[in-house]
Amino acid sequence: MREAISRFVGDGDSVAMGLALEALIPFAAGHEIIRARRRDLTLVGPISDILFDQLIGAGCVSRVIAAWIGNVSAGLGYNYRRAAENGLPHALEIVDHSNFTISLGLTAGALGVPYMPTRTLLGSDIAREGSTFAGGTSPFGGEQLLYVPAIVPDVTVLHVQRASDDGGAHAWGNLGVSAEAALAAKRVIVVAEEIVERSVITSDPNRVLVPPFRVSAVVHEPGGAHPSSVQGSHGRDHAFYGEYHAATKTAAGSDEWLARWVRGVEGRAEYLDLLGSQRWRSLAVRGSALAAPVNYSAT
Amino acid sequence: MKAATYSAAELMVVAGSREIADRDVVFVGMRLPLLAFALANRMHAPSAVGLFENGVIRDRPSESLLYTMGDPPNIEGASMCCSMATVMGLLQKGEVDLGFIGGAEVDRFGNINTSYARGAAPDFVKLPGSGGAADIASLAKRFVVIIDHNSRRLVERVAYVTSPGNGDGSGWRERQGLPRGGPSAIITTMAVMRFDSDGEAFVATVHPGASDDDIRANTGWPVRFAPDRVTTPAPTEEELRVIREIDPTAFWTS
Repeated sequence: MREAISRFVGDGDSVAMGLALEALIPFAAGHEIIRARRRDLTLVGPISDILFDQLIGAGCVSRVIAAWIGNVSAGLGYNYRRAAENGLPHALEIVDHSNFTISLGLTAGALGVPYMPTRTLLGSDIAREGSTFAGGTSPFGGEQLLYVPAIVPDVTVLHVQRASDDGGAHAWGNLGVSAEAALAAKRVIVVAEEIVERSVITSDPNRVLVPPFRVSAVVHEPGGAHPSSVQGSHGRDHAFYGEYHAATKTAAGSDEWLARWVRGVEGRAEYLDLLGSQRWRSLAVRGSALAAPVNYSAT
Repeated sequence: MKAATYSAAELMVVAGSREIADRDVVFVGMRLPLLAFALANRMHAPSAVGLFENGVIRDRPSESLLYTMGDPPNIEGASMCCSMATVMGLLQKGEVDLGFIGGAEVDRFGNINTSYARGAAPDFVKLPGSGGAADIASLAKRFVVIIDHNSRRLVERVAYVTSPGNGDGSGWRERQGLPRGGPSAIITTMAVMRFDSDGEAFVATVHPGASDDDIRANTGWPVRFAPDRVTTPAPTEEELRVIREIDPTAFWTS
């Protein structure tokens, strides 16, 4: 992980994360970005849950392109509020979006066109003058439209269930804007719960999330999405979000939280030790709900 | 017979569920709407379909309590897992009957603010933002707001329109180019409000235990009351049983 972040995430980069929404959030990668002391990042994502709040609190971020930043099951994100309202730890530029316009902006980036038209947000202050959007009309009938500019992240980071060394990645469950973000980005980092043989990936090419040749790095990091869930592997640690909310009410509390959970550990393995094996095991999926096999045979 | 006791949130869930008709395609939001959809599906809308903005479609709600729409129980047994673009596309095309939205502020014309509130800091309080709410408000055939009833939340005019309601009155949505829709109800801790032909909210039903005076005192504009307003029907024992079966610790309803 350290090598992947050091090589592919630089100061001033735009970084897309949390693209499946509440599941498969690459927390381990975000924490490595904090330990690597990256600065002036632009974060891109629909609803980022507490990962964006942590990166903002750690002082890594100068701009966010997002639809929602907070703590999905516990409420507001205190670091986000401190940065937006009081410029602490430093000022934050907010490029407001809705979920759909994030999706459309990344789609434009993925398709290599400058913008996508939509009917959403007409009349919303998100789209008012001075926003990132432009108003327009359809050349084919004159209807009013909103143009969403292409979003091209420098890096997209995805947590997936399994991947092979050559960049093949399988993800399942809700996917949000994962595929669009991976296609739009200049570089893609795949963080995998499990590393498998290439033949496992090619056995089911419809489940591949991103063209393997576009993947810059594959990182094996089991538990790297905690406290978010990974379908088939572990559930969401709901209590952790409540604990984070309570612990980060003040800037000093947030610093303490980051010192303990991020700066105080070498990497994800130590983080999971700190979490405790009993708690980590209690989140593990025990059941089995296997998909029926499909036959891809050509002969 | 002893009347069933219930929380304000449970009454809001029940009122929300009654907004869902059978066969409705519903854009389900977070928190109370998750329960409202599950309740409606068990009670009177077995063929309602739920869309989730993370890219999940369900024709039967999860048996477990959901803290977020991405929780594993919402994936297992789904009718489809897909991209956000798939469900947002259905919304934009006009195939979604109803969406639910929570809010920090809603105004007399049903506009919602979840972005920048007036308040303590120099100029504003930064709220989390739209998420998918502005898309639901823009594009669903109708939407329902669920919100606590006090004069900081029900305001004359929102400081910032995150999710467009009726703007400044009838005809506003058409002038903006919005293809359809608008608010159909505001469900609060005291009342259910609906919208007149001018696009303004009025009190349609008053919850048991709330009075007209309570509502006036806690609404940020001189709110009008339907002359034929009645008391909001209380939750039935069966409805409460189902809600408590889904949320046994009252995580969302306490």
